[in-house]
Order: sequence, then C-alpha cells, then structure tokens
Amino acid sequence: MEKTVNQKAWFLILPVLLLVAFSAVIPLMTVVNYSVQDTFGNNQFFWAGLEWFEDMLHSDRMWDALGRQLMFSAIILTIQIPLGIFVALNMPKSGFWSSFCLVVMSLPLLIPWNVVGTIWQIFGRVDIGLLGYTLDALGISYNYTQNSFAAWATIIVMDVWHWTSLVALLAFAGLKSIPDAYYQAAKIDQASRWAIFRYIELPKMMGVLMIAILLRFMDSFMIYTEPFVVTGGGPGNSTTLLSIDLVKMALGQFDLGPAAAFSIMYYLVILLISWVFYTVMTNLDKKGG
Amino acid sequence: MAKITLDNLAHSYYPNPKGEDDFALKELNHDWTDGEAYALLGSSGCGKSTLLNIISGLLHPSQGRILFDGHDVTHATTANRNIAQVFQFPVVYDTMTVRDNLAFPLKNRGADPKYIAERVQQIGRMIGMEAELDNRARGLTADAKQKISLGRGMVREDVNALLFDEPLTVIDPHMKWELRTQLKSLHHEFGHTMIYVTHDQTEALTFADKVVVMYDGRVVQIGTPQELFERPEHTFVGYFIGSPGMNVIPAEVSGKMANVHGASLTLDRGYAALDGKVEIGVRPEFVSLTQGEGLPVNVRRVEDVGRHKIVRADLFGSEINIVASEDQVISPDMNRVTFDPKHVNVYVNDWIEEGEAA
Repeated sequence: MEKTVNQKAWFLILPVLLLVAFSAVIPLMTVVNYSVQDTFGNNQFFWAGLEWFEDMLHSDRMWDALGRQLMFSAIILTIQIPLGIFVALNMPKSGFWSSFCLVVMSLPLLIPWNVVGTIWQIFGRVDIGLLGYTLDALGISYNYTQNSFAAWATIIVMDVWHWTSLVALLAFAGLKSIPDAYYQAAKIDQASRWAIFRYIELPKMMGVLMIAILLRFMDSFMIYTEPFVVTGGGPGNSTTLLSIDLVKMALGQFDLGPAAAFSIMYYLVILLISWVFYTVMTNLDKKGG
Repeated sequence: MAKITLDNLAHSYYPNPKGEDDFALKELNHDWTDGEAYALLGSSGCGKSTLLNIISGLLHPSQGRILFDGHDVTHATTANRNIAQVFQFPVVYDTMTVRDNLAFPLKNRGADPKYIAERVQQIGRMIGMEAELDNRARGLTADAKQKISLGRGMVREDVNALLFDEPLTVIDPHMKWELRTQLKSLHHEFGHTMIYVTHDQTEALTFADKVVVMYDGRVVQIGTPQELFERPEHTFVGYFIGSPGMNVIPAEVSGKMANVHGASLTLDRGYAALDGKVEIGVRPEFVSLTQGEGLPVNVRRVEDVGRHKIVRADLFGSEINIVASEDQVISPDMNRVTFDPKHVNVYVNDWIEEGEAA
C-alpha cells in the first residue's frame, strides 16, 4: 500500500501525549528533580548533583531491602508458577464445574489489597485468628509479630493465596487454546502423560506463561500494601521490602532527596530485570524453547 | 494388520438419543478386509470422521461392537488398538526436530534406537524431508508440517490399520499427487489396511480399491470406483461422484417403459408397479444430443473442458447435463436427447430399484 505523508497526523496523537505527560512524565520528572537537590526546609532547594545516588548505592539499608525483595519475588514465583500450572491442568475443561472453578478462583483477585492484608493479619493472630490460634493450639510456635520466619511465611502464603489464581487462569486459557487433534495425535503416538505436558501443553502455554511470570514478577517486586498491613515491615526490618522502605524514607523521615534517588534506581531495576527476562524468553521462543 | 469388523455400530453425540435423527452415525455393519485400501467419501458432516474416530478408539460408540480379527476392542484404548491416524490439520511437536517428531511414536513404544534411526531416515526420504531432519518443526510451512504428520503416521510398521482424516486438505495440488502416490506405494509395499476419509471424489477414486460413500450418517454404497460410476445405488452417489453428477429426472415407470412429462422412453429392464418418489438416473456420459429423436431439450450452454464438452440443457424445466466428445459438432438444430438404455437406473425414494432383466 502507498504510504501517505501528512504531518497533520501528529495532532491525532496529541491527546495521548498530553495524557501520558500528566499521568507519567511530569510526576516522574518531579522525582528526578528531587533526586538531584537538597533542602533545609522552608521550601528552599539547592543543587546536590548525584550525591543522593552515591549515598544510596553505599547504603546497607537499601541493599538489604533489595536482597529481601529479590528473595520474596523469587520465592513467590517458584511457588505460584508451578502451582498455577498444576491447578490449570487439573481443572475441569468445560461445563458447569469449569465455570464454577473459574469464578471461585477469580474471587481473591477481586479483593482490594489492604483488605487482603487485613484478612491475613486477623487470620494469623494467635489470640483471635483461626490460623494463628489453631497453630498455637497444635503446639507450633507461630507469631508473625515476633518471629521473622513466621512473618515471611505469612506474607508468602498470603501472596500465593492472592495471586496463584491469576497464573492458573492464564495457564488455563493457554490450555484451552490447544486443538483436540493434538491430544488425539498424542494418544495415537502413545505419548505418556509427562510427554503430553512436555511436548504439547508446555510449549503451547509458553506465551501466556511468559506474561504470567512478567506480571507476577513486576507486581511482587512492587508489593507494598499487603505486607505493610500484616507486618508493617517487621519484626525488626525482616519483612521491610523495597517499597515499604521507600515509603518509610520519603514519608516517615521526609528524606525527599534520597527517597527520590532510591525510587529512580528502583524503577530502573524493575525495567532492567523485565527487559532481560523478556529478551531471554523471546529468544528462547524463537529458537523453539 | 487386521480385519476390522463393525457390528451393529451406531453413534450419537447426545447422551440420550431419541430418534434416528439424533445419530451422527446410523446403525452399520461392515467388514474392512485386511490389507485393503478404502476411501470413506461424503460431504462434510456426514459422519466420516465420527466413524474414523470410533475405529481408532478416540470416540466410544453409543452402541455396537468393533472387532479386530475377531477380538472385541470396543472398550480398548487407542494405544492398545495399535492404530496410526493422521488428522486434517497438521499436528507436530513444535519444540522437537523433524527427526524427533518422526521417532516419537517408536520411542514411546520402546523400539530399538538403531532401528528407530534407520526407520526415521527411510520415512524422511519418503516424505521428501531427508535434508530437513535436524531442523526444528516450528516455523515450517503448513504442508511441511502435514508431511511430518503423515510420516509419523507411517513410521510404525506393525500397525493394525492406518487411518487418514482428510490429510491432504492443506497440501498444495502438486504435492497432493506425489503424497497420494507414495501412500499407494506404501500400501502395496506393506499391505496395511488403510482407511482414507475425504470429500474429494478424485482423491477417493484414485486412492482406494473400495470406496465407501456416506450420506447423512449412513453408508449408502460400498464399491469399486467403477461400480459407483455405473450403478450408483443411491441418488446421492450419483450426484456426488462424477463431474458433472448423474442426471436425476422425475418419471413414471411401468414395465419396460418410462414416461417423462408425456414423452416415453424404453428401459433395459422391466419393473413392477412402483410406489413413492420415482426417478430415473442417467450419467451425462450416457446421454447423447441428437437431431430428430428422443426427449426435447433447450441447450443453454456448452462448456469445453478440454477432454470433452459439457452441454448444459433444459429438459422440461429441470437441468440436464450431457457429455459430448471433444470433436462432436454441436449445431443449433440439435434439440433432442436420447439415453443409453443399459445405463438408465430407476430410483424409488432415492434408492435403486433392481427390476428384472427382460
């Protein structure tokens, strides 16, 4: 087709540009602005250059939070992805029970984050929570406000409860798109259950799984509300993940400069990891996994 | 290799079929002779694939039994029936190489690796993909993928039967010929029982020793291509096979005479009084255009298809086709047709009426 050149077409993307400018670019630029300045109050700022960035790079506090954050994301991904696939494989493929499962599984996804946090905060309490009370009654020492292992276990189980459905739903959509002929051919070829999974289901699910992993990685890496409501980052700093730490710094201590530098680096880390992941996955995909 | 017997077989996709209309496959008794090549021919939705899937065990019939060499396999799994089947759309294992794809059914059955390597090479040569054996199956064209599917179907030598479900739909015409020829030579070489589902009459007639014609969930005729051509037992077979199909003309028949809108013609056989919808069927090849005698027609169009001419004409308001030889001159005063009495069949309610030789 002949390509028409018409510079007026730029006007068509102007509304989007404006919208993105107000929703993303301008707020982001204020953060950049804060990250290179210092203030002693009175709304007077002066240039600080890259000082805050250097500070942050040498801050043990940030490295610790980053470590905890990476560990958190790694743990929930290694649980949620296989578990989601497992659930999807065992779901009824059609009929009433299939719809029933889909609805029940969507429920956790519809609950607001702070409500999820509150549910688990109460659920885990030793005095009135069903889970905490039961564990305590069974003689298992469990107290997420004092024991950091218990705190970690709680927020991980909570995240698995909240988000595994998303992986399962995506995997299920991938499975549903496989034509019957593949399963029939596999039967004819006498493929084992494992071979069917390995050579038919997994390759066909790869596309949606990639999306699931990316979404779950980004979401878990930015998680704030639920662990904040449950543990508040404690006991000590043991569940202080990156964004919890960031909020403490920016709003608790009002250290705007370091917090801004921190956020920019936080943002770049997410961008970098997502990009690396995406590139590796698409390359694998091209080569045929 | 085995003789396959269908005993009282029928299938409905409804859990509680009420009438005959609910059955996708109506009651059927048939023996598929060991080592013969069959084509299952019929228009889309006539139950061909249903029948095929029942034989391979992908589908369990609502009633009746399937026997392989006399053993009841109605409830046996696909794996236990040891059947190979190729589907309409290519099924390849994307992440494997072409070689691994072809080897897959053998590996799953625990064959000797040396034998697998040899056999895969042989099949690779047969489907013309020897050079691409080590490429990944992903990213190949649809017809290359379908060749792999065919290859995977043929790789096992000891199968009881080879079933093909319109396997050449996605293949381009040139390759179709070649693959069909290879399937035939494979059949001669190994003598597998082959059942080939298609809605393409050329494919069916060139591939098979026996053609099974299905219509509306029922087998209407089983015969050699010649039998189907000369004595269609059902008007559907007449329409469906031949290009153009058989002319079916409403008529009154008594004794050796047929009466078409007041004009009468002589038949080769005698018939007793007939009840129901009576028609005569005659293939365009056995109709000739004449000047003075026969039934009056209006010639509407003459198509030259190369080997012969097809004359489209009007006989008492309904269409009639005539095949004329390539060198016959068709002049404007040719407005009558005669039928070769030997090849005029009489149908009552769409089924052939035998009549008695005079």
